[in-house]
Amino acid sequence: MRDIVLCLGGGCLILGAIFTLIAALGVIRLPDLYTRMHAASKAGAVGGGLVLLAVGLVSLDAAVALRALIGIVFLLLTTPLSAHLLARASYLGNQPLGESSVGVDPKTRLEQNSQA
Amino acid sequence: MNSAFLVVILALIWAGISGNFSGLNLLFGGVIGSVAIFVLRSSVRDRGSLRKARQLLGLALLFLVELLMSAIRVAAIVLRPDVKSAIRPAVVAVPLTVKSDAEITLLANMITLTPGTLSIDVAEDRSVLYVHVLSMTSEAAVIADIKTGFEARIAEIFK
Repeated sequence: MRDIVLCLGGGCLILGAIFTLIAALGVIRLPDLYTRMHAASKAGAVGGGLVLLAVGLVSLDAAVALRALIGIVFLLLTTPLSAHLLARASYLGNQPLGESSVGVDPKTRLEQNSQA
Repeated sequence: MNSAFLVVILALIWAGISGNFSGLNLLFGGVIGSVAIFVLRSSVRDRGSLRKARQLLGLALLFLVELLMSAIRVAAIVLRPDVKSAIRPAVVAVPLTVKSDAEITLLANMITLTPGTLSIDVAEDRSVLYVHVLSMTSEAAVIADIKTGFEARIAEIFK
């Protein structure tokens, strides 16, 4: 039983590290801030969550595991907030979308509609 | 009755965070929990029924599955050699039917953590949520996806 839990914890740790690495790669490789936030918020949250889960499993201690779970909940609550704030700040600052973006910016379209 | 239950849960969480399940510490957690509930008494309204708790649990499960899927999809896109041609970013205006702060916050957070979407901004009159889409297929499909998925379920829980 103990060995199974330790193996599971190790697996979570490796998976979490891989997702965190991919999140970092995504921030480098993707073209503009908005698409970068996709990588940082999703892969980052899953990576960090898996590492915390691994800590909870490997500790074999209910008090530590409970704290790790609470940590995961807070991570999932706060990661989207930071991505949202960064994206919102650059959206309101009229930071243009990346070159490969398609379609009309809905904000300009709404402004046009309200003028018409 | 309802707030007594909340005090017990808060005391347990307190004991969990401080890592000490002794009687004295649980009592201390209970006292802090009571004070917190007393301070927040106007915002803690009676929402409690078992059905709601089950719906909330269902939503949480759906959310965790979607989160894992979205991380895998973003990972697949990031690892492609031609990353710039693999994505079609766009901003979509999603009309909102949920109105309260809590509902919009929950919806925006869930949108950010699910496949290919990231919430950017809420219109001042709360009628529209601006969502950034990583790989755009069609605007109608994205809007329908959000409206029938998370928004419907959130509205059901808060109703």
